Amino acid sequence: MKFTTALKAVALASVFSLSFGAVQAQTLHMMNGGEPASLDPHRVSGDWENRIVGDYIEGLMTEDAEGAPILGAAESYEVSEDGLVYTFKIREDSVWSDGEPVTAGDFVFAFQRLMNPETAAGYAYLQYPIKNAEAVNAGEMELSELGVTAIDDKTLEITLENPAPFFLGALTHYTAYPVPQHVVEEFGDDWIQPENIVGNGPYTPVEWVPGSHIKSVKSESYHDAENVQIEEVMYYALDDLTAAVNRYRAGEFDILTDFPADQVTALGEDAAVAAFQGVHYYVMNQNAEKLQDVNVRKAISMAINREVIGPDLWGTGEVAAYSWVPPGTANYVEDAFEYEWADTPYGERVEEARALMEAAGYSADNPLQLTINYNTNDNHQRLAVAISSMWEQIHVTTELSNAEVAVHYDALQNNDFDSIGRAGWLMDYNDPINMLELLRSDIQYNYGRYNNPEFDQLLRDSATELDLEARAEILAQAETIAMEDYAALPLAFYVSRNAVSPRIEGFVPNARDVHRTRWMSKSE
Amino acid sequence: MLRYATRRVLSALPIAFIAVTVCFFILRAAPGGPFDSDRPLPPEVLANVRAYYNLDQPLFMQYLLYIGGVLRGDLGPSMSSYDFSVSELMAIGMPFSLQLGLTAFVIATAIGVITGMIAAVYKNKWPDYMLVLVVMIGVIVPNFLIGALLQLWFGVYLRWLPAGGWVPGSWAHLVLPVAVLSWAHAARISRLMRGSMIETLGTNYVRTARSKGLGERLVLARHAIKPALIPVVSYLGPGLSYLLTGSLVVEQIFGLPGIGRYFIQAALNRDYGMVLGTTLFYMLLIIALNLIVDLVYAWLDPKVRYR
Repeated sequence: MKFTTALKAVALASVFSLSFGAVQAQTLHMMNGGEPASLDPHRVSGDWENRIVGDYIEGLMTEDAEGAPILGAAESYEVSEDGLVYTFKIREDSVWSDGEPVTAGDFVFAFQRLMNPETAAGYAYLQYPIKNAEAVNAGEMELSELGVTAIDDKTLEITLENPAPFFLGALTHYTAYPVPQHVVEEFGDDWIQPENIVGNGPYTPVEWVPGSHIKSVKSESYHDAENVQIEEVMYYALDDLTAAVNRYRAGEFDILTDFPADQVTALGEDAAVAAFQGVHYYVMNQNAEKLQDVNVRKAISMAINREVIGPDLWGTGEVAAYSWVPPGTANYVEDAFEYEWADTPYGERVEEARALMEAAGYSADNPLQLTINYNTNDNHQRLAVAISSMWEQIHVTTELSNAEVAVHYDALQNNDFDSIGRAGWLMDYNDPINMLELLRSDIQYNYGRYNNPEFDQLLRDSATELDLEARAEILAQAETIAMEDYAALPLAFYVSRNAVSPRIEGFVPNARDVHRTRWMSKSE
Repeated sequence: MLRYATRRVLSALPIAFIAVTVCFFILRAAPGGPFDSDRPLPPEVLANVRAYYNLDQPLFMQYLLYIGGVLRGDLGPSMSSYDFSVSELMAIGMPFSLQLGLTAFVIATAIGVITGMIAAVYKNKWPDYMLVLVVMIGVIVPNFLIGALLQLWFGVYLRWLPAGGWVPGSWAHLVLPVAVLSWAHAARISRLMRGSMIETLGTNYVRTARSKGLGERLVLARHAIKPALIPVVSYLGPGLSYLLTGSLVVEQIFGLPGIGRYFIQAALNRDYGMVLGTTLFYMLLIIALNLIVDLVYAWLDPKVRYR
């Protein structure tokens, strides 16, 4: 009798400990992609780093579960009437994980560090809307001339060069994060080592094994700690996506932040595919002799059947792109630009395109020779092959040429390619200017060297336009000009691919593809 | 023997020096650079970054700076990892790669030698055919495929073993990577061992041993194994270096923190410092292993020793 009781007790205890353990073990296992180059917000550049950094540091503004900007380390803000001066009140209870309060001085220090030419922050330009930022970053002005000042310990004033309706969104970016001045000054570049690191976000990194993972644990000093459910996050560095899917299916990961497109059916319900603000496009080299004729550029754009790219070629449902700015972009007009031939049945479009080509003097015997340069990747290759056969119908013969990513972009940036180059752009913040600037004549990203003074002037006008609606109209006008000039060849809008285990709640697919761990919870 | 070893070590130094030099300049001749990406840096920022890594200096000056650093034991900064230097990354990854490679090496060599012997003794009988089949799979099927399949069977379907990752001290996490790594190695050794064993069993001194009336086991143990091992030993050096460098695919698939992964990533990212660092490491390793093999060879084979 006693024996069975003891046995029961043991059984009961183990059941308790099991269920108790399940409640305790709120560890999120996230396949995070690449190896982080750094944890320093001024040194990083990838979304895999953003996931970690954005979990341990919180900017004035942060993202809600849907990726939209909400107040973070700031409790309130005011904007001056001319849209140039933002005054932020920093939360009284915002503290660094070592107990020091987060002050306006930390932000001033961080912005100055970001813009300091010596920091060589690759993404500093994202905060160029701030007054004098560009000049400071180029070393032409003193750090103290930057438009960021501390009024007192908890009040921060940021002055802009021009009104920027996207500025609050830009503040969610890691380039706008504070860094703990007292720690950075003590340890220098080593402040980021796990033994020194200090953050003001919901989690704090405690372990970094390069090539394997980074581990962060919940920070009890975070102002919203009581609502943070996941206790521990493991961010795994893994480049091999097939292996990642295997490990996901073995139950070792709760979230995959990417997966091979052909796995979408295998993952079934777990696959979370969402429209993502970015565009796949082909650069048309405007300096190439054979692409000088706008009708030729029009024809090769028209002859592409974009409807098959997402659903059939890639299998993940990328949306066909007939415009430059992704649909749903904020601060923009409804019904912005779309090619008038977008709804023409594909067969008719090809006829029309062929007529344009023939008018330009091309025929089956005298075809136009194009080369598509792309960075080595299965999806890009499939697309290039498909497009070259679409172009065959309009007297275009195509050569394909691929190179690894660094080499490919090196060639694009130097305008060193024959005619067509594959590129993609993910929007840094939710505003049409971020897309349109890619076609500005004086910007490096303008790989095709599109140059239309009228377009440039409209972008300059938009920068000083205070009325949001008028600004949107100006930008829409600019988009129309560039698209009618066939400045580039938009193909498809990006989608984000995540796989999320049914154990995870609070993961909301969104157009920014930002999913802060603090909004998620996990059940066993 | 000591003089022989000294001479070999000394002759290895200029080889290492030449290899690093060649590697340094070839790397710079490759198109693209460490800071080219789809998001180009603004020119003034790029200038700062390049200055930080001495990339603004004339190429030969950079070379001198690098060699100077290496001689002081400093492999320089990594250009794709800001928070760790090349030496630090190597120090973190090397023990793991060595552990993985050496474990696979010991297991594979033991299995290869034993199966090779069995196959030779049972030449053209069913144990031989079975072993040849398994061995051929190991030789033919590339390790990334074997890796993915084992991961799928044992990790996803059966759930007997973790499908990847690394938890310090956990042997379960090592089983699949070691199996993948050692399969091909064991296969090669097994083939070598089988061939050389068959040859040895046909030699005159083995026939003599048999005709003295020695049992088959004694003949094998006393007279056949040691000479049959000679070709195997000469393969062990390159074999081990193959295991240590070949681990990069396995590290990639299973998400393991070894240096092999750095090597691939660094080459793709044009991370000059990291590529040179890993190359230097692998080169010294291969030189050292070849040296050891030569010494063991001399010990095993009297013909070498007395020459």
